[in-house]
Amino acid sequence: MDILSLSAVELGKKIKAGEISAMEATKASLAQIAAEEPRIHGYVTVDEEGALKQAEEIQKRIENKELTSPLAGVPTAIKDNMCIKGQLTTCSSKILSNFKPTYTAEAVKNLQKAGAVILGKTNMDEFAMGSTTETSYFGPTMNPHDTNHVPGGSSGGSCAAVAARECYYSLGSDTGGSIRQPSSFCGVVGMKPTYGTVSRYGLIAYGSSLDQIGPITKDVTDCAAVLTAIASWDKKDSTSVKRADYDFTSALTEDVKGLRVGIPTDYFTDGLNLEVAGAIRAAARVLAENGAVVEEFDLSLVKYAIPAYYVIASAEASSNLERFDGVKYGYRTPEYEGLHNMYKKTRSEGFGAEVKRRIMLGSFVLSSGYYDAYYLKALRTKALIKAAFDKAFESYDVILAPAAPTTAPELGKSLSDPLKMYLSDIYTVSVNLAGLPGLSIPVGKDKKGLPIGMQLIGNHFQEKTLLRAAYTYERATGKEA
Amino acid sequence: MADKISDETMEHVTKAKNKISDETIEYVGILAKLELSETEKQNAKADMEKMLDYIDTLNELDTSRVEPMSHVFPVNNVFREDVVTNENHMEETLANAPLRGGDSFKVPKTIG
Amino acid sequence: MAKQYDTVIGLEVHIELATKTKIFCGCSTEFGGAPNTHTCPVCTGMPGSLPVLNKQVVDYALAIGLATHCHITQVCKFDRKNYFYPDNPQNYQISQLYLPIARDGWVEIETGSGKKKVRIHEMHMEEDAGKLVHDEWDDTSLVDYNRSGVPLVEIVSEPDMRSAEEVIAYLEKLRHIVQYLGASDCKLQEGSMRADVNLSVREVGSDTFGTRTEMKNLNSFKAITHAIEGERKRQIELIEEGKKVVQETRRWDDNKESSHAMRSKEDAKDYRYFPEPDLVPIVIDDEWIARIKNQEPEFRTEKLERYKKEYDISQVDAEILTESKKMAELFEATAALCKKPKKAANWLMVETMRLLKDNAMEPQDLRFSPENLASLIDLADAKTINSSVAKEVFEQIFLHDVDPKAYVKDHGLMTVNDEDALRQTLTEVIAANPQAVADYRGGKEKALGALVGQTMKAMKGKANPGRVNELLREML
Repeated sequence: MDILSLSAVELGKKIKAGEISAMEATKASLAQIAAEEPRIHGYVTVDEEGALKQAEEIQKRIENKELTSPLAGVPTAIKDNMCIKGQLTTCSSKILSNFKPTYTAEAVKNLQKAGAVILGKTNMDEFAMGSTTETSYFGPTMNPHDTNHVPGGSSGGSCAAVAARECYYSLGSDTGGSIRQPSSFCGVVGMKPTYGTVSRYGLIAYGSSLDQIGPITKDVTDCAAVLTAIASWDKKDSTSVKRADYDFTSALTEDVKGLRVGIPTDYFTDGLNLEVAGAIRAAARVLAENGAVVEEFDLSLVKYAIPAYYVIASAEASSNLERFDGVKYGYRTPEYEGLHNMYKKTRSEGFGAEVKRRIMLGSFVLSSGYYDAYYLKALRTKALIKAAFDKAFESYDVILAPAAPTTAPELGKSLSDPLKMYLSDIYTVSVNLAGLPGLSIPVGKDKKGLPIGMQLIGNHFQEKTLLRAAYTYERATGKEA
Repeated sequence: MADKISDETMEHVTKAKNKISDETIEYVGILAKLELSETEKQNAKADMEKMLDYIDTLNELDTSRVEPMSHVFPVNNVFREDVVTNENHMEETLANAPLRGGDSFKVPKTIG
Repeated sequence: MAKQYDTVIGLEVHIELATKTKIFCGCSTEFGGAPNTHTCPVCTGMPGSLPVLNKQVVDYALAIGLATHCHITQVCKFDRKNYFYPDNPQNYQISQLYLPIARDGWVEIETGSGKKKVRIHEMHMEEDAGKLVHDEWDDTSLVDYNRSGVPLVEIVSEPDMRSAEEVIAYLEKLRHIVQYLGASDCKLQEGSMRADVNLSVREVGSDTFGTRTEMKNLNSFKAITHAIEGERKRQIELIEEGKKVVQETRRWDDNKESSHAMRSKEDAKDYRYFPEPDLVPIVIDDEWIARIKNQEPEFRTEKLERYKKEYDISQVDAEILTESKKMAELFEATAALCKKPKKAANWLMVETMRLLKDNAMEPQDLRFSPENLASLIDLADAKTINSSVAKEVFEQIFLHDVDPKAYVKDHGLMTVNDEDALRQTLTEVIAANPQAVADYRGGKEKALGALVGQTMKAMKGKANPGRVNELLREML
């Protein structure tokens, strides 16, 4: 038995049954990390000692029947923008390169309660700003399917680590597609839950009104299990939503009969790679063959999502990142003259080019005289986009779309033209603007062998519908029970 | 193929309608507390002009009767009770301080 | 003839609310802790931390808004005000700009020139900043975040005031309202009430406003008065010299008794306000407003009028008694218990005020119970103790809230009305002071006082001085 090939839930079962110990699984993961990291660079920090200690304690608590979660003893990795007490949390930025939080993010706490063994922190685009994981201060992560290609981003480290079997599952965060797009590029399952489903407490903010933590897993069953573990109503997060049901695993049934699936024709434009388009249509046929009613429709407003998104996200980011100033934590420039010089030098040296670009844009659109024209205009557009989705969900249960217009680009090909890079977010950002749940599931590979992801978008709080459709697709296409 | 998306956009971007002056870049730098090198400034200008031209596509939409939406969900009135729950966290607060002076953060002198 | 100028003044008043905890976290608001001991990830702007609104802040803000006749914004939101400064840990302050909790109110003030309404433009909730301590020696400042996140309301008036006297009257009015609501102690010196003064001048008769300046760091009524006078003069001089008044923020220096511009090219006043995405809107329904309205206390103005009618107390006395809610409450409770409002008023206005001053305390610091004061009044009224003993006992009540009956008994302070004992002592005093006796008999009235004093001393102050006087005259 290849222990690394197991899914998280399969491994959890075997640990519970006493067939494998949490320690064995942890050691296997650490060995895989040691073997793969030179090729992948998915991690910023590997906490070998801590992981072994956790494994030992968790194993005892499993044996004492204190821990009963399906994920107890299963090794995981956390995107480096979620705080873990006492552990380096850098957002892949120089400005936080020495930062050790004094508290743990709620989503991570929930995993710890479920008995997760945390192996370390994964690489990302600096402050989650990027689509390739190339803006990391610590260097890029490589796509495990072809290391000449990027893993996508910003949760590129989390997705690559799962794909390279360096952990059984991971947590990512998604502000404009940062879970779904790299999941698609790395051939793993990734979900952005409905805004407010997973607490943002302890997630270092990029765009607060858009950010959401979600699972990155090997299959749909794991996705449901991890979401069940991390989702919670948290009084520390005012935007947290109290949901009626937090058990997402009950959605794992093969049943899409009568499920109304809509494919936005306006997503299938010239910009969409033909191989990707073909794979998505083929996947849609699989759902249709299993009883779903698949139709094409016009979603509208598609081309306005990206400009609206970049205004809102950059504006919020410019404010969220003001706290990094060399006063309370993180990097401070070694030489400065006076307060403002200290601020400027610290921030100019501490932030990378993409982060500075977005801070500048965000500060500009909020500045005196431009607020109405840019920021309010974007918020009005957001309202229109949400209304367009509301209308679509009157007719459809699920919207089926690509996760990205292409497969993973080659390393070094994206950053030179930021606007072009932003345009690759076309299928994902509107979901964040409208606060919807979205899931990316692998639906094949292009002729270069790079994975293609299908995105399923649901109405608010309809994660279960997405999981059911994805699970049905997965089974229908040969994933063993 | 992604190129195709951008081709269309590039076309309308090349005729940059938004002009960002040196003063504007300087001003935004002051607001954002960023000190840009000359090259960075020129890049920032070009980037911002391009982005703003792109963002201007939003003007094609008539939003005159649309309320700006800051929060997606109608969740209101999330409060905490007025009860002290935190103990003395002084050491934790200062644990990451780049420069500490006694039990305070030390910064270059602020104007009195 | 020299031109005549009007002074046009608007105020921005910050008031720290009397909550137990900060506005967005469960840290204590207690004053004076060691640096950074009342801090947590939220109020120090740690990455990933999120604010959660303290409901009591909204209750207090609502109460103040209603008491100042404002319209309540029934769907209100918080916004971020962005500016870099080390006392502001996130480098944005969570405040309200677009939808402040209250708007368009007024309060009535009274000055030597009569009554007048000062309009309130808006009132909003926000968080306070931390404290900076400057080290002159090594050119550094130390940051303490204990005050960071303490809840404030900022009340912005219309430019309706024309003199320092009106400004003081307006501040006093706000202070009384807020103190009576229990929403803040409003201590100017400790910074729980702070006023920024917006001032411009214009020629008498002009109906356009001049360019205004904003004055900060005013920590006393004296500073406010001096700053207003100084700034008026400065602006008039500029205009007379044909120069322009620059719109700027100026900082008052209490030691130098002058102000200077706080100008820096690094401080572009462009706060880039936008709706705070980490907090959800506050929806204030009619029921909530009614609940706060129902809890409204009797305010000073009404109390004052009632005291004059109900207790037949003079305007001046009623003003003293209602100066603080605490004093007024003590007065009413004491008067109800002993049924002697005039005496109760007297004790509070004279002895209490004296002891407050001696002990550097404020009326809201009073801790004694009306029961004990009422009981003291009864004891004195029944002549169980004489007035000097009563003062002595009152001091104990003031300091330690002692039960006067028990205290008088334990210390044997009852007035001695026993004629025989008194005559006995008097005989002894007369015998021991032949010179004084001779003086009195020789027509020196003053000498009697000395003999009364001697007698009181001999009886440890417990004699009834009136009776001592009578008996002495009789015996001599």
